Amino acid sequence: MLSDKDRIFTNLYGFHDWRLAGARARGAWDNTKAILDKGPDGIIDEMKKSGLRGRGGAGFPTGLKWSFMPKEVKDRPHYLIVNADESEPGTCKDRDILRHDPHLFIEGCLVAGFAMRANAGYIYVRGEFYNEAQNLIEAVREAYEAGLLGKNACGSGWDFDLYVHRGAGAYICGEETALLESLEGKKGMPRLKPPFPAGSGLYGCPSTVNNVESIAVAPTILRRGAAWFAGIGRPNNTGTKLFCISGHVNKPCNVEEEMGIPLHELIDRHAGGVRGGWDNLLAVIPGGASVPLLPKSICDTVLMDFDSLRDQKSGLGTAAVIVMDKSTDVVKAIARLSYFYKHESCGQCTPCREGTGWMWRVMERMVTGNARLEEIDALEDVTKQVEGHTICALGDAAAWPIQGLIRHFRPEMERRIRARTEKLAAE
Amino acid sequence: MAMITADPKDVPHVEHFAFTPENLVKAQGWISHYPAGRQASAVIAVLDLAQRQQGWLPRVAMDAVAKLLDMAPIRVYEIATFYTMFQLKPRGKYLLQVCTTTPCWLRGSEAVMKACQHAADGETFSVQEVECLGGCVNAPVVQINDDFYEDLDETSINKVLDAFRRGETPKPGPQVNRQTSAPIGGATTLRSE
Repeated sequence: MLSDKDRIFTNLYGFHDWRLAGARARGAWDNTKAILDKGPDGIIDEMKKSGLRGRGGAGFPTGLKWSFMPKEVKDRPHYLIVNADESEPGTCKDRDILRHDPHLFIEGCLVAGFAMRANAGYIYVRGEFYNEAQNLIEAVREAYEAGLLGKNACGSGWDFDLYVHRGAGAYICGEETALLESLEGKKGMPRLKPPFPAGSGLYGCPSTVNNVESIAVAPTILRRGAAWFAGIGRPNNTGTKLFCISGHVNKPCNVEEEMGIPLHELIDRHAGGVRGGWDNLLAVIPGGASVPLLPKSICDTVLMDFDSLRDQKSGLGTAAVIVMDKSTDVVKAIARLSYFYKHESCGQCTPCREGTGWMWRVMERMVTGNARLEEIDALEDVTKQVEGHTICALGDAAAWPIQGLIRHFRPEMERRIRARTEKLAAE
Repeated sequence: MAMITADPKDVPHVEHFAFTPENLVKAQGWISHYPAGRQASAVIAVLDLAQRQQGWLPRVAMDAVAKLLDMAPIRVYEIATFYTMFQLKPRGKYLLQVCTTTPCWLRGSEAVMKACQHAADGETFSVQEVECLGGCVNAPVVQINDDFYEDLDETSINKVLDAFRRGETPKPGPQVNRQTSAPIGGATTLRSE
């Protein structure tokens, strides 16, 4: 188990002052100039060595992502964009960073912006997080007033402006290119890649979009050294991670733990165990709504990191652990997610716009067993036709939970269909 | 795919909309965050100002936003109908946005939804089913205007609604005894300080 001295988010729950004075007492903004003195290449090199993989879901190496930005600023300015459009069902970790540790995060924005030679950054906060955005705006104001942002930020000789931009309720804006469209004042419809944002992003300028947690851990990594961070967790899955444990546990909570912690230990130690005990567990969605669920037999032993969960045909995603006990109507739980994707599809690509609605309607019939057995195969087939055939990953995200359900709970789906057929025949 | 629409018969005719001087200053503040010529980036923020001023977004308000930002009106209508937080018809004094996505559903959002629907009279309360609000470890969650009310059940949501009816503003956040997203009964970490 991770010890408190290795925790980065020491005000995760907001027991302490979130403002500048409190943040400084906890170590934020401590000689940031020394970090910046390493230079952009030094910072990126250290981030690569730390092994940090992006915390927004995809797990792409953060240092490598930063290195894709052009090495010098030419005719177009560079932009840092932070994705605080946290909307993945099950996920509520960035919310705690924004409201309780905004300065740690703002310091990360300066460091990341400097490393990618950006003089400006935008933080895209989901519109529903009104109060969280107010804390963030106030913290940015404090940072300007203290000379930590703006001209000659932290006495580094680098100018860095940081702006908070509020969204207005659209899950799709958490997709990086949809976020850029939204930032430009358009509907959040994803762009075809390439060009990638590092070549042509916001306003056609080199841009990099990072998750809040990825940015917020950067200053601590750079202060304590890549070796410290890389020494936590397992190879290729290093560091600490914020986990959100929701659903049928005795004490739902957010917690910062070591990457690779066993799922069983995570739930028992921090969330008070599964309601009714571990043997009452039915299934867990380990990484937010988009990843396939895992039945108890896999949950018994699986480790919570990118590679372990990928090996089980699921994913770490945002590390949002949704727990379902044996009282759960698991088909209905997944059908509700299908409705979510239908609601949140931007409507741009036909397979997703039509497919998410079709999949949801069939899933609703599966809940009551109002289907023929071969329709399970048809449903799976359609998920595969949506997956990989759309501009962005929302189509994939809509397909995977259903594929996971069919993979692990097909007998339950068949049982419902047979039960309904027999009931009708008897009448 | 969500497309926010309002039945024309529910939309009262509004003849005129003009930003208050304070809101114009605020709007200019948002516009100043973006490079010259990129003022359209402020469209969500300025629409939000208009909605806060009027209570909802009549077409004349969208037109005022379009004029202020030098955008074609249709581009502003597109935004107002794409993003779910914009209200295209009048709503009650308190908008109850009930999250019913799986993490909230697993912890009893159906009972909370029923209580909210029962309270909705269109004047004091309007109710809306929303997708994941991002407070999943404090499920079920209802957003009431700008605030999240968390860890709800049928009894506690009714208490919250009663307080609003009395003209009070009940304390947002968890409605059970816990600190934000920490486990009930006390944090398992960060206790060394």
